[in-house]
Amino acid sequence: MSDPVLAIETSCDETAAAVVDGRRILSNVVASQAELHSVYGGVVPEVAARHHLTTVNAVVDQALADAGLTLADISRIAVTRRPGLIGALLVGVATAKSLAYATGKDLVMVDHLHGHIAATWLEPVALDPPFVALTASGGHTRLDLVENYAAPVLLGQTLDDAAGEAIDKGARLLGIPYPGGPGLEALAREGDAGAFDFPVGLKGRGPSADFSYAGVKTALLYAVRELGEEGTTARRADLAASYQEAIVRPLADKLMRAADTHGVPAVSIGGGVAANGRLRELVTEGAADRGLQLAIPDRALCTDNAAMIAAAAAFTPIIAWPDFVGEDAIATAPPGGIAA
Amino acid sequence: MPEITTTDADTTEALGAGIANLLGPGDIVLLRGDLGAGKTTLVRGAARALGVEGPVTSPTFTIANQYAGRVPVAHLDAWRLGDPDDEEIGLALEAIGDEGVAFIEWPDSIEGGLPDPRVRVDIDHGGGDTRVIHVAGCDAATDAALEALVDHLRA
Repeated sequence: MSDPVLAIETSCDETAAAVVDGRRILSNVVASQAELHSVYGGVVPEVAARHHLTTVNAVVDQALADAGLTLADISRIAVTRRPGLIGALLVGVATAKSLAYATGKDLVMVDHLHGHIAATWLEPVALDPPFVALTASGGHTRLDLVENYAAPVLLGQTLDDAAGEAIDKGARLLGIPYPGGPGLEALAREGDAGAFDFPVGLKGRGPSADFSYAGVKTALLYAVRELGEEGTTARRADLAASYQEAIVRPLADKLMRAADTHGVPAVSIGGGVAANGRLRELVTEGAADRGLQLAIPDRALCTDNAAMIAAAAAFTPIIAWPDFVGEDAIATAPPGGIAA
Repeated sequence: MPEITTTDADTTEALGAGIANLLGPGDIVLLRGDLGAGKTTLVRGAARALGVEGPVTSPTFTIANQYAGRVPVAHLDAWRLGDPDDEEIGLALEAIGDEGVAFIEWPDSIEGGLPDPRVRVDIDHGGGDTRVIHVAGCDAATDAALEALVDHLRA
């Protein structure tokens, strides 16, 4: 039975809309620079909400057109409610509420992190629980035990910086422009990951599933200062490789440890940092050693997108028309994890 | 200007807690310091003193983290912003309202658009775990209270 959901995601820099029918993605539009030429013909949205505002309608239209549907064919509308940039979230929420209200459809308000975790529910990955999910991005770093998609259980999270944030800030110290992830990874491939002994956060604090990246960031800063400009330039590749290793190795190690602890047959990685080649290598090795199924969605489903919001919406309570009119965006994540 | 050298995160958190106790509704604290200096650590101590439970993490990505303590607490980070007119900080300040307090990291790019801060914090790396922290108040009374706080923590 056809049950297409239109989803909108504007929690950060990307303006995204998608149409998903069950586990099948019918369209998935993200207004990054490349797509903007076909969708809007304008500039790339930076951080500000006003860019979402000028782009969101075109992106929604494109998602419907790519799916070969009109708004009338849509069963209900889903939107990212939290967490994110408040000004950015407000645009998506206001758009979704307006569309739902005007067309008499129900609304589903989704937690962005729930979306990252639920991305593996979609075809072709179509992972079924139980599994442990690692979500690592510029804003988030967490491990969840997923026994059912409706209620992931938070196992651990960063106590200070997100992994992607640590990568961006470290890359900046090494003179790599934002976003630093791809540049750092390319540089790291030419370097020796064992050249510098950067501290791994929370090492030796027992079986904690939490992460910490403030210490390694400081260690890189001290190394760069000690080496001076010339020395840093000479050792950039080694610095990049060692720093990247100190960030991604704990992600892989703690994901595997959590899989061991909870005896699950599968693990998944998601979020922008899941695009990191070194992280993929480490989790691929770890999963193979343990005979675990490893689920890594396409890059387009790891970075921010609206298809994952539609996926999470399948496991989030529906707010019936017109009860959602008073609902609003919320900037912060609820303590402990995920909320509708 | 009152100055204290800390060698562990607990003392930095305690300084944050002490600063929090000096704040009233609508007050702003600006924090400067290099990467990994301990700005978020200090804000974590302040947030705990204001009754915030749960993780207090870096706001760089979301720009504004808001917490419900005894008063609304905003933890802001202008690292990614370049324009004093950027609406994110303004929206966050509006969200905490007249009753809340705000801690703002990397304020240089937006300071022109902010109300005067009650306290300014500057954190310098001193090598290893050592941090040299300067605190400055907006008036003589605040400076005196900060001086007393720093003396207490040194003891």
